[in-house]
Amino acid sequence: MKPERLHSNSNQFEPLLRVSGLCKQYVQRRPFSRQKIVVNAFQDVSLALFPGTTLALVGESGAGKSSLARCIALLERPSTGKIELAGENLLALDRHQLFPIRREVQMIFQDPSSALNPRLTACEIIAEPLLIQSEGTKSLRRARALQLMEQVGLDPAWERKTPLEFSGGQRQRLAIARALALGPRLLILDEALSNLDAANQALILKLLADLQAAHSLSFLHISHDLRLVSEFADHVAVMYQGRIVESKSTRKLFASPEHSNTKELLASVRSVDSILLERSA
Amino acid sequence: MQVLLRVTDLSVSYRGAGSNQRHAFENISFEIAEGEVLGLMGESGCGKTSIALALLGLLSQDQAQVAGSIQFRGEELLSKDRNSLGAIRGAGISLVFQEPELALSPVMKIRDQVAEVIHAHNDWKWQRCRAEAELALARVGLADSPRIFSAYPHQLSGGQRQRVVLAQALACNPALLIADEPAASLDARSQSELLALLRELQRELRISILLISHAPEVQASLAGRAMVMANGRIVEQGPFEQLYRNPSHAFTRAMLRTSAAARVAENLDFEMVT
Repeated sequence: MKPERLHSNSNQFEPLLRVSGLCKQYVQRRPFSRQKIVVNAFQDVSLALFPGTTLALVGESGAGKSSLARCIALLERPSTGKIELAGENLLALDRHQLFPIRREVQMIFQDPSSALNPRLTACEIIAEPLLIQSEGTKSLRRARALQLMEQVGLDPAWERKTPLEFSGGQRQRLAIARALALGPRLLILDEALSNLDAANQALILKLLADLQAAHSLSFLHISHDLRLVSEFADHVAVMYQGRIVESKSTRKLFASPEHSNTKELLASVRSVDSILLERSA
Repeated sequence: MQVLLRVTDLSVSYRGAGSNQRHAFENISFEIAEGEVLGLMGESGCGKTSIALALLGLLSQDQAQVAGSIQFRGEELLSKDRNSLGAIRGAGISLVFQEPELALSPVMKIRDQVAEVIHAHNDWKWQRCRAEAELALARVGLADSPRIFSAYPHQLSGGQRQRVVLAQALACNPALLIADEPAASLDARSQSELLALLRELQRELRISILLISHAPEVQASLAGRAMVMANGRIVEQGPFEQLYRNPSHAFTRAMLRTSAAARVAENLDFEMVT
């Protein structure tokens, strides 16, 4: 029997994603020794993401953001806790049941060069998820890929180009087109803008905003760049040493941060003007 | 001020399949004086890294075609053979890459990796190279901790790894440091720490820096003059502050845009941070 997709009634008042008490531990062994070291990537993480909104996950490098993202994207299994997508506890499902649900959550990584297979053409890259989920025929998949290329602002005439023939910003668009292929409801972006220059960042943010409005997409956007976060996020969760230390709307976080780490992060947001001023002093 | 590096009409084109050629950039000319920090800004993929590779002679003949002139301390680099270039790399001109994880060997202790660079350019015993390596690491703020010196790259944080790569680049006292997006993979706090460190070292060692970075904050922290690259050409050059306050080219304006977020930063009450 074919496993079912999640029911698609998206109620605006119910969170699309609810994470409760999530923990991830890595156990390492010293080479040639019985001694075990337990590293807590993150502990006791709870958050909620509503349909059509963007939750930014911020924090220093090493705070556990990527580990958390990988668990929510089902790329890794957390040690304990619950991940509920549209009410369904994903961690209680077996591999077979989980397979169709993977369509709902897609991820975009920081470095498009390593996230895209350099030997495939743009069309093949975008169609690959469709192939994996056995959708349509070859020509239907190609048609969908070309449609997606247009949607993200890439010329469909470039379908046969390989990733390295595109610029960094274009490669991220390619990654976004691939992520959209299966019609997900949740996109996780792991520092997806960090390697781009200001102009490209602005363009990609606009694309994401348009996509969110058109398809009621939800974004979990990991970023260490608070300047950008203030532009695109509805809510912000601050992660520090593996725990969520503060979580509120963007406006409230910037206006009245409470946790000392949040204040530190905000303080390191420096404008060019203040830097130039300091230098001339 | 003496001119340390003079680049004239430099062009690089990459060989593609068959007879395809793709210009990375064309007819680029600029100068860097002793002790000067020159910024290079541009979109990702506009050819900034290609310039760095060309300056160090790291583009092989079958990869790319390089034309023009690169004069370092009065000597033409493009006519030098591999051995002479090897002597200059690391000791005359050195390079700090964007991703330290790629530049560092995962199976060597960091002290040894810095010592290796020193060993390659000096006729010293390994003991002495190790001692010098520890000094080089101390100079970039990784000090007083034997545990760090004998650690492997994966045991350090991103900011620490970037310091190690910087220590390698400075170990042989080069006259020119090319920093390619030195703070791109770091979070805001590590980024400002690294920039402060670079500023201090630059002042102390009187080293010239070609600072390649698309981030206005990075250029504002270090650069004196800066150039903006677009579509393989330099579209505007001048003192950074002038480019920022009075850009003439549309590209410069796009690169240095004052976003809503920057305005947020200005409105923050810094008093509340203790």
